[in-house]
Amino acid sequence: MKSTTIGILVVAAILVVLPFVAPNAYYLDLTVRMAINAIIVLGLNLLIGFAGQISLGHAGFLGIGAYASAVLPTHFGWHPLVAMGAGAAATAVLAGLVARPIFKLKGHYLAMATLGLGIIINIALRNEAQWTGGPDGMPVPAMGLFGFELSTDRQWYWVVAALLVISVWASLNLIDSPFGRALRALHGSEVASQVVGVDVVRYKVAIFVMSAVFASLMGSVTAHYIGFVSPNFADFFHSIELVTMVVVGGMASVFGSLVGAVLLTALPQALATFEGWETVVFGAILMGFMIFLPKGIVPTLAAKFGKGD
Amino acid sequence: MARLLEVSDLSIHFGGVKAVQNVSFGIDAGIVYSVIGPNGAGKTTLFNLITGVYKPTAGEIRLDGEAIHGRSPNELARRGMARTFQNLQICMNMSAIENVMVGAHLRLDRNLVKAALRFPGLKRRDRELRDEAAQLMDFVGLGQYVEARADSMPYGALKRLEIARALAMKPRLIFLDEPAAGLNPKETIEVDHLVRKVADSGVTVVLVEHDMKMVMNLSDRILVLDYGKKLAEGTGEEVRRNPDVIAAYLGAHA
Ligand SMILES: Nc1ncnc2c1ncn2[C@@H]1O[C@H](COP(=O)(O)OP(=O)(O)OP(=O)(O)O)[C@@H](O)[C@H]1O
Ligand SMILES: [Mg+2]
Repeated sequence: MKSTTIGILVVAAILVVLPFVAPNAYYLDLTVRMAINAIIVLGLNLLIGFAGQISLGHAGFLGIGAYASAVLPTHFGWHPLVAMGAGAAATAVLAGLVARPIFKLKGHYLAMATLGLGIIINIALRNEAQWTGGPDGMPVPAMGLFGFELSTDRQWYWVVAALLVISVWASLNLIDSPFGRALRALHGSEVASQVVGVDVVRYKVAIFVMSAVFASLMGSVTAHYIGFVSPNFADFFHSIELVTMVVVGGMASVFGSLVGAVLLTALPQALATFEGWETVVFGAILMGFMIFLPKGIVPTLAAKFGKGD
Repeated sequence: MARLLEVSDLSIHFGGVKAVQNVSFGIDAGIVYSVIGPNGAGKTTLFNLITGVYKPTAGEIRLDGEAIHGRSPNELARRGMARTFQNLQICMNMSAIENVMVGAHLRLDRNLVKAALRFPGLKRRDRELRDEAAQLMDFVGLGQYVEARADSMPYGALKRLEIARALAMKPRLIFLDEPAAGLNPKETIEVDHLVRKVADSGVTVVLVEHDMKMVMNLSDRILVLDYGKKLAEGTGEEVRRNPDVIAAYLGAHA
C-alpha cells in the first residue's frame, strides 16, 4: 500500500476511536476544534507550503463564512446550508477579485496585501453593528441537516471528522495531479514552470481562492458549532495562528498540517494560565521554528526515518 | 526548407545597457542553429526574448509567419517552443521524474476539482505519463535517476534533466542554453550525441554553447553575436573564415 493511503487510514482510525477514549466533554470539544483548524490549515498549506505563496489574512475569509452563517439565517431567514454556500461564494468572488492584482506583486507585497485585506474584513465586521452585533458579536442559529438538528458535540464530531478525512484525501489527490505538479513547479522555479506552459498567475489565483473557500466553509462550521460569532474570528492574530500551524507541522506536508493544527489548538488551553501572553508565545514559536526547524515537524521526522510524505 | 522562425531588428535595452541591438536572422525548420559569442554578448538575452521571458524594446519575432513578440512564455509554450536554462531551473521541491512530467503540463487535464475528487481515468493517464517520462529520462541518459529526488542529483545530470523536461513538451523548437557548460569532456561528448539525437528526431534545435568543437560539429548554421550586435551569420565554414569573427571572438580563444 502507498504511504499516503496508510496515512489516511491511520487518521481515519484515530478519528473513529477518539470519541470513545476521550475522558470527557472538554476533550471532545477540543478535538472538534482541532479538526476544524486542521481542515483550514490543509487548505492554507496548499497555498503556502506547496505553491510557495503567503496569506496573512486568512482569518478574514473565515470571518466571512462565519458571519454569513450568523447574519443570513438570523436577519433574512436563509437556510443555514444556503447561507454557508453564499458565504463561500462571496469569499470566492472577493478572493478572486483581489488575487489577480495581488499575485502580480511579489514577495513582501503579497504578505502586506493579504494582511491589509484581513484587517479590512475585520474592521467591517466590527463596524456594521446593526447586522453583525459589532465588537460583541452575535448568536448563530442551529444548523439543520436533512431534517434533524445538529446540536450535541458528538454529532458535530462525526460531521467534522468525516469532513477532515475527505479533505486529507482530496488534498493528497490534488498534490499528485497535473494541477498539483504545476503548483509545486511554480514554487520550485517560476520561470521554468512558465516556459513549460503554466499560467502562473492563474494557478496562484486558483489555489488562493480554493484555500480561502476552505477557510470560509470552516468559518461557517465553527459559527454553528459554537453557536456564536465575534470579530475575533477574523482577527489578525487568528491569521497568524493559522500560518504558525502550517509552519510548525511542516510546509508542503499534508500530515504535517494535521500535526500543526492539533498541537497549536491544544497549546492555548495549556497556556490558559498565561492569559494575555498567548500572542507572544505564538510569535516565539513561529520564530523558533523558522530558525531551528524550518521544515516543520513532519518533514523533519520523515527525512530522519527514511520516507513518508 | 520552410522558415520556422524569423527575427527582425530585435533590440532590448536594460537602462543604458543595449543587451541586444537590431539583430535579424531566420531559422529553417529541422536544422541545428547555433548562437555563439563572448561572455555578455547577449545570447541568453536573445533566448529570453524569443521565449517570451523578456519583452523586446523594438523589433519583431515571427513563428510560422505569425508575430509572437510580446507574448507570454506560457502562450509560446503552446506553440511548441521549449527551452533549457544556462543557470539551472530545476524544481528541487519535486522528484526528478516529476520535473519531467511537468513538461507535459499542456497535454494533460489540469482541472482542479476533477483532480481533487480523483475522477476516473486521471490516475491511469498519470501512470502512462510517468512511463513516458521514464522513457525520456532513459533517452537523455538518466535511466538510473528515475526514482531519484532532484536535489540529490549531480550537476551534469540536472543539465540533462532540463533537456528531458523540455522534450516532454513534444516541442517543434528547442532552445538549449549552454547544455555542456560545467561538464567534463566525457559528459560533453554525451551531450553532443544527445543534441544530435534530438535533432534527428525532427525537433529544430537552437543552441548556445561555448564548446567550439561541439558547435562546429552539430550546427547547420551559426549566428555570431558581439556586444549585442550581429557580427556574422552562415555555415560553420563561413563563420570560421569571417575576419570580423576571427578578430572579435575565435581569435581570442583559438
Ligand atoms: N535582466 C537584466 N537586467 C539588466 N541587464 C541584463 C539583464 N539580462 C541581461 N543583462 C545584460 O545584458 C548583457 C548580455 O547578457 P547575456 O546574459 O545575454 O550574455 P550571454 O551572451 O548569455 O553571456 P554568457 O556567455 O556569459 O552566458 C550583459 O551585459 C548583461 O549584464
Ligand atoms: Mg548566457
